[in-house]
Amino acid sequence: MKILALDSSGMVASAAVIEEGRLLAEYTVNYKKTHSQTLLPMVDEIVKMIELDLDSIDVIAVAGGPGSFTGLRIGSATAKGLGLALGKPLVNVPTLEGLACNLYGTDRVICPMMDARRNQVYTGIYDFREDELEILEGQMAVPVQNVIEKLNQLGRAVILLGDGTAVYKEVLEKELQVPYSFAPPHLNQQRASAVAMRALDYVRQGKTETAAQHQPDYLRVSQAERERKERLKQQETELDA
Amino acid sequence: MKDIKILAIESSCDETAASVVKNGREVLSNIISSQIALHTLYGGVVPEIASRKHIEKINQVIEQALREAEVTLDDIDAIGVTYGPGLVGALLVGVAEAKAISYAKNIPLVGVHHIEGHISANYIENKDLEPPFACLVVSGGHTHLVTVKDYGTYEILGRTRDDAAGEAFDKVARAIGLGYPGGPKIDRVAKEGNPDAIAFPRARIAEAEYDFSFSGLKSAVLNYINGCKMKGEEISVPDVAASFQKAVTDVLVEHSMHAVEEFGIKKLAIAGGVASNSALRAAMQEACEKRGVAFYHPSPVLCTDNAAMIGAAAYYEFIRGTRSDLSLNAVPNLKLGER
Repeated sequence: MKILALDSSGMVASAAVIEEGRLLAEYTVNYKKTHSQTLLPMVDEIVKMIELDLDSIDVIAVAGGPGSFTGLRIGSATAKGLGLALGKPLVNVPTLEGLACNLYGTDRVICPMMDARRNQVYTGIYDFREDELEILEGQMAVPVQNVIEKLNQLGRAVILLGDGTAVYKEVLEKELQVPYSFAPPHLNQQRASAVAMRALDYVRQGKTETAAQHQPDYLRVSQAERERKERLKQQETELDA
Repeated sequence: MKDIKILAIESSCDETAASVVKNGREVLSNIISSQIALHTLYGGVVPEIASRKHIEKINQVIEQALREAEVTLDDIDAIGVTYGPGLVGALLVGVAEAKAISYAKNIPLVGVHHIEGHISANYIENKDLEPPFACLVVSGGHTHLVTVKDYGTYEILGRTRDDAAGEAFDKVARAIGLGYPGGPKIDRVAKEGNPDAIAFPRARIAEAEYDFSFSGLKSAVLNYINGCKMKGEEISVPDVAASFQKAVTDVLVEHSMHAVEEFGIKKLAIAGGVASNSALRAAMQEACEKRGVAFYHPSPVLCTDNAAMIGAAAYYEFIRGTRSDLSLNAVPNLKLGER
């Protein structure tokens, strides 16, 4: 089983290839440059370095959201184009599950969080039990207080990671009542190798999709849709009143 | 010479489109997945919704284009993709998809300027049309008067200073209650109205005789409507539509004819969504005939955004040796003639 994995959901762009329990290559860049310009050249670099025959890939995995809307679409469109051209299936790996897999084997709970703007984070709560990733709270877009509350209720030590931790460091330090730590830089950001490893779980469960079927899971409607719904709701309440 | 088949992809605004074009002029397939109904709820194109729809549909549209053309990617000599101008998020879907296909199958990639695509739509049905000629590009996002000196070589004579012509149609249509998209609706209603009923202004710009301005006209229409409201008078929607449309076409025709006469141009083409407006076509046709100028226009399906026109433009870029690499990016404000 050979998997090409991509993650361009946040500031990081990352590409990796795994084969039968081996990480053959991984290329991660955390630098202000458009993913549109970097992601495919990164894949190309990997392909050249490991003399990869693209046709030998079995599955293309992509961090399918949440994340930056545009970043997600660059990763998804790249995966869809590769899938279409090579006739290979895709696996949509929830971004936060990929992040959680960075911390394989810890006995603490894992709480990845990404800054979602509008005073929210994309987050979830995960646990490794007998080497399997268990989802305690599936990925969601919520105010940071909301996840702090859940972590306090769980009452277990937690490792926090992701770009949201820097944004909300102060409030996390102030309000968390459980032992916590922040993942160090080599573990706290998106890595395509973790996406690939999580994709293996999905492949085993038969959860692949065609390149045509794939689309990102944004966890949020667009601003225009949200405002329209609010407007309609407002009109309804006015009519009721 | 061997036939050259281009797979073209267009996603710059609210149509997801793919096409296979042979030798730049023969359309083997032309698939368009329109989002108009979706954006109608919002009175105009919502960029984020457009981008989401593109990623949802793009593979199906490309696969259908290949199927209808009865080709596979192995038969494709180059991939053409719109990389600007347009909505950046929407453009990026087509660009990332095209790059990935080009990379995976080792097919040359050609980034195409959206306006160059519109202009090139004229090559498809007019096999005799070759540069040099003048072209008026009028759509919801663009109003350009250009001379096409050679394939891929353009000189911009004039452009709009504010609203695009199609944008003015949309805004006026909304103001008189016709809704989105405004162009075809005004065209239809205007047929029942008197184009000389209301004297709306025709803007001229000092020292830039080929430039356009439509925001003043739009304001004049809005003021007229408000004025009627204040006086308690009912407006005649057909008369407003017809008079507004006449004001727009007068300026477009006048500027085009001025260019034709000034530069001794023998051929004039129109392109873009507004080029399917029946009043504009009729007026331009008449003005061209009067001056012995050959008049070209694409059929409506090739006026609105489509990928066949991108395939036509990509063909001429491809045979000139233009190639794009894996770092090709979307350029939302790409200028015509720049790469």
